Amino acid sequence: MTPLPFIAYNTYREAVRDRVLYNLIVFALLMVGSAVLFGQISIGIERQVVINLGLAAITLFGVAIAIFIGIGLVSKEIDRRTLYTVLSRPVRRWEFVLGKFLGLSFTLVVNTFFMGLGFFAAVFYVCGGVHRGDARLLAAIYFIVLELLIVTALAMLFSTFSSTLLSAVLALAFFIVGTFAEDLRGFAQMVTGPAHWVALGVAYLVPNFASLNVASSVAHDQPVAAHLVLANTGYVLCYSAVALAVAVLVFEYRNLK
Amino acid sequence: MNARRRVTSVAAAVLVCALAAQALVVRRLDRIRQGAPLEEMLYIGSSRLLRGLSLGFRGLMADIYWTRVVQYYGAKRRVRSVNFSLVYPLLEITTDLDPHLMVAYEAGSIFVSQQPPNGAGQPDLAVQLLEKGIRNNPGQWRLYFDLGFVNYMDRNDPAAAAKAFLEGSRVPGAKWWMKVTAAAMQSKASDPATARMLWQQMYETSSDERVRETARMHIVSLEVDEIVPRLEERVEAYRSRTGRYPANWDQMVQAGYLRGVPMDPTGKPYQLAASGRVEVQVPGDFPFATAGLPPGVKRPKF
Amino acid sequence: MSDVIEIRGLWKQYEVGFWKKRKITALQPLELTVREGEIFGYLGPNGAGKTTTLKLLMGLAFPSGGGARILGLDHQDPAVKAQIGFLPEQPYFYDHLSATELLEYFAQLSGVPAGERKRRVERMLARVGLGDAGGLQLRRFSKGMLQRVGLAQAILHDPKVVFLDEPMSGLDPIGRREVRDLVQQLKEEGRTVFFSTHILSDAEALCDRVAILNRGRVVTVGEVADMLAKVSESVEVLWEGAAAVAGIEALGAAVHVSGELARASVPRVKLDAAIDALRGAGARLISVTPVQATLEDYFMQQVGASEAAAAEARA
Repeated sequence: MTPLPFIAYNTYREAVRDRVLYNLIVFALLMVGSAVLFGQISIGIERQVVINLGLAAITLFGVAIAIFIGIGLVSKEIDRRTLYTVLSRPVRRWEFVLGKFLGLSFTLVVNTFFMGLGFFAAVFYVCGGVHRGDARLLAAIYFIVLELLIVTALAMLFSTFSSTLLSAVLALAFFIVGTFAEDLRGFAQMVTGPAHWVALGVAYLVPNFASLNVASSVAHDQPVAAHLVLANTGYVLCYSAVALAVAVLVFEYRNLK
Repeated sequence: MNARRRVTSVAAAVLVCALAAQALVVRRLDRIRQGAPLEEMLYIGSSRLLRGLSLGFRGLMADIYWTRVVQYYGAKRRVRSVNFSLVYPLLEITTDLDPHLMVAYEAGSIFVSQQPPNGAGQPDLAVQLLEKGIRNNPGQWRLYFDLGFVNYMDRNDPAAAAKAFLEGSRVPGAKWWMKVTAAAMQSKASDPATARMLWQQMYETSSDERVRETARMHIVSLEVDEIVPRLEERVEAYRSRTGRYPANWDQMVQAGYLRGVPMDPTGKPYQLAASGRVEVQVPGDFPFATAGLPPGVKRPKF
Repeated sequence: MSDVIEIRGLWKQYEVGFWKKRKITALQPLELTVREGEIFGYLGPNGAGKTTTLKLLMGLAFPSGGGARILGLDHQDPAVKAQIGFLPEQPYFYDHLSATELLEYFAQLSGVPAGERKRRVERMLARVGLGDAGGLQLRRFSKGMLQRVGLAQAILHDPKVVFLDEPMSGLDPIGRREVRDLVQQLKEEGRTVFFSTHILSDAEALCDRVAILNRGRVVTVGEVADMLAKVSESVEVLWEGAAAVAGIEALGAAVHVSGELARASVPRVKLDAAIDALRGAGARLISVTPVQATLEDYFMQQVGASEAAAAEARA
């Protein structure tokens, strides 16, 4: 019986006891605040604003958690030497890496789930009921979860070899550049020579978040294509696999201090 | 040791495969997103919000949005689309973020005013864009040129065009022919010679590759439009003299109607059809020509 | 009786410095064997390489060369881990868990069957004297309590070999006694114990055999009894009379004077000469007692000798 699920559960438990889920309170306040505000005034686009605001908040909170906890997943255990007693047991190093990743991912899914509930509550309140386009909001939230998986995998990768400060900076950098990866590819098409290859290389190296950001279109009740869902899921699986494979390799050969 | 080697090889294999797969999926995603609706492409539709979010990197954001304009325009042109609906909104955001980004006004106005599949076909919006550009950059004579160009070529408003050229000629650094062109606007309605002059000026003064390419194609097409009727006149003259159409160009040369075999701007000889029509060998070379086309090939008027 | 731990030429070199150019050999090629059922002490001053050796054996760091076998398997074979237990130096555990939760987690990782876990954990906690503290969060534990939790997790899964790195560190005398008793019990249960320490009295009391390490190199290996025999060659002479001090010092022994009384540790072979000197000076002999040999003496002797050799090699 592989120890993977135990490691994952322990990671989840640690995050919860670290009071990370308290961010839900802040999020709830935000949703309630905006819903109440729109109860008072009418500007004609309450639905768009609530949706954009809610999805943006879910994304930002999620990314913050993914980065803050992710960068410490491995490095903290190495620094504090809590790893010693774990690795002296029949636990393979790659099982440890994957277990931690799954644990944090699960934490984020739970967190996003509760945020989703609050989000839908706010949307229903502001729009006065259920709308036809509400199912698409689920797709948007699913894409956010996918985004968080990538950020988590990257943060964890950095955690296997660098200090917390550097990891945080790198994770943030990848997130920001990833948001503009599509533009970078467009730019690469426009130039020639070394600039073309550098831009192309970077554009394929960083995660591609543009296709995961459907907030604006679901706010305008645009449908989300089924093959987009499929392609995005496939993409995130591939990208995370890359990050995790590198993490496993780095950790496999690392001498612990 | 063996366990470690196994893990290493599995991880390395996963790494390579997933990396390759990832690149392929990204390309697929890009293709899916070609047909993305308006809101998605704009990502954040309000420039004010975007300005705030840019956190002082407005210039960079403007550049990013300009690359999106170019990308979008290029992609639409490649598939010969008739829907360029995002060009103007993207340009609006770009110039909101950076009102001094000249290329956005100059090349952008062409992207907007040209008819599909070479542009959005919205010359009124192009005028709006250029007027905004002039408001923010009064010292740029070229914007007046573009304004006059769009007014003459796409909006069929020679009076407004003349006004633009005249005002532009007064800007320090303006080219000497701005005043001359203003005068030409006042006297003629839209005709090939004037059009060719304007496109020539556009070709010589534009810094944007795409605009120059469009200008070049217009120039050669206009040349064809000018030459073909004159050739056909001479063919008619030959027929009225000899009672039949010439079988080839040599006969016309021998009869003294031509000095040599007439060549089109790409260097290929014009084709003489039995009905007396003069045609170009490869209509595709001249996407904007309206004369010299084989029967059945229809083109919208530029 | 088989060899439970066989270390063959295991060595470790680190590259330090910004450009990773300077090489430090933390452990010279090590040859060591530990037999089944014995308590083996791994001694040495701080920085000698004891913890490095343990990290290599546990797979926490990778050797620069050489290898080791534990219970007949290569030490990096994952199958080994199920049969060994490890207590690191100054252990640190997940703060947010209680002692019971931690041990249950470790039991899960070690593959203890689900039905067994709870019972095993309770038993372990009671065994290390933490029966009442199971529900307490680890962040509230004192150092001694943490050490006991560490021991509990090391033996939780019934391992055949137990590795302890400085198990007595930070404990008060009561705690140290308890750990010593526990280690003794482990031996009685048929387990092999390999523990490193720099507290020699503990090693003397517990170990069958020891190895002494200095500067990454093994200085000597052998039975404790043999080592003690080598040093118990002194007698302590206690007398009254300051006049005799000079005579005793002339024999090369250091004399401690307090008031009228003086004592000196004299090599057994020189005892007769010492007594003659005292009698000749008119001192009153009070007692002659054999000095209890300690491992510390032997240790200091060996380490001192190796230090001298090293200094000579450098000169």
